Amino acid sequence: MNRFNGLKAMCVAVFVMWLGHPLAWANIDAYTFESVDQERTFHELNKTLRCPKCQNNSIGDSNAELAKDLRQKVYEMLQEGQSEDEIVDYMVARYGNFVTYEPPLTPATLILWLAPALAILIGVASVLYRSRGSRLAAAEIAEEEKQRLERLLKDTDEDSAP
Amino acid sequence: MKKAYLYIPLVGFLVLALIFAVQLVMNVENPNNPTELESVLIGKTVPNFTLEDLVHEGKTYEQDIFRGEPLLLNVWATWCPTCYAEHQYLNQLAASGVKIIGLNYKDDRHKAVGWLEELGNPYLISLFDGDGMLGLDLGVYGAPETFLIDADGIIRHRHVGDVNERNWQSRLQPIYQQMLEDAKS
Repeated sequence: MNRFNGLKAMCVAVFVMWLGHPLAWANIDAYTFESVDQERTFHELNKTLRCPKCQNNSIGDSNAELAKDLRQKVYEMLQEGQSEDEIVDYMVARYGNFVTYEPPLTPATLILWLAPALAILIGVASVLYRSRGSRLAAAEIAEEEKQRLERLLKDTDEDSAP
Repeated sequence: MKKAYLYIPLVGFLVLALIFAVQLVMNVENPNNPTELESVLIGKTVPNFTLEDLVHEGKTYEQDIFRGEPLLLNVWATWCPTCYAEHQYLNQLAASGVKIIGLNYKDDRHKAVGWLEELGNPYLISLFDGDGMLGLDLGVYGAPETFLIDADGIIRHRHVGDVNERNWQSRLQPIYQQMLEDAKS
């Protein structure tokens, strides 16, 4: 009987631990929204804003105190009727472009857009260059071969001469 | 030179090696923290705020306390072990005449007052930022952080982490001296 109770307690404990597992349980803050749209925007922003403290977590994923504050701030601003862009601008004005997962196109971030195109260009250029080079090389070899062939032919002509 | 392209991998390797070497040397001279973020407030004035004095509830201050002379703004909390390590050095700085304003960030007021009574108080003014909203406006993402603010209330530099003798002499003091000279002229 006792053992059975122990087993039951253990099952309950395991179940509770499983429930409390961070993956099974994103942050649950009790926020109430005026509309479904507002709630959707809130979750959207939680996903696209990045936590400056737990870097590489979004503010929705992070349990840092700061992330809680930022979520609270996002919520308040939504309640005030501010748009998504206004909220992102507000955060960028304080924490820099680091806080958004969608960096704007600035001279400093230009390389992010240009690098793939550059890589392809360099690749294509080098393939073209090398194929031309090898054709030239082949032509050169052919030239040498021709001369040797002629020499050989001459030799054989002379050898076969009586 | 024939077959120059054969040297491309070697040249690439040398360039990479050079970049790594430069970074290594820089890390030795100035151990930087990869999670450190640039402050976007450099060159801007201190954000507007109205905050209570840490000790005297009801007594409030506004951003005009940062006008008139160069100041340090030190963000601290009792839950922050590095702040404890830094505190004695702040006391030394204050004793040598550096003017520091403290921002008690997301902390228990009672504990914070006890901390200052116990460890000494290097701050001219102690602001209480219980909900961390001035911290948010300053782009604070941890404690301790120290801002260097000139006589016009413009943020000149942000230092993340503790202030100690080494980084004060190498990095912060020159900026502070410059601000003092600018204030005279």
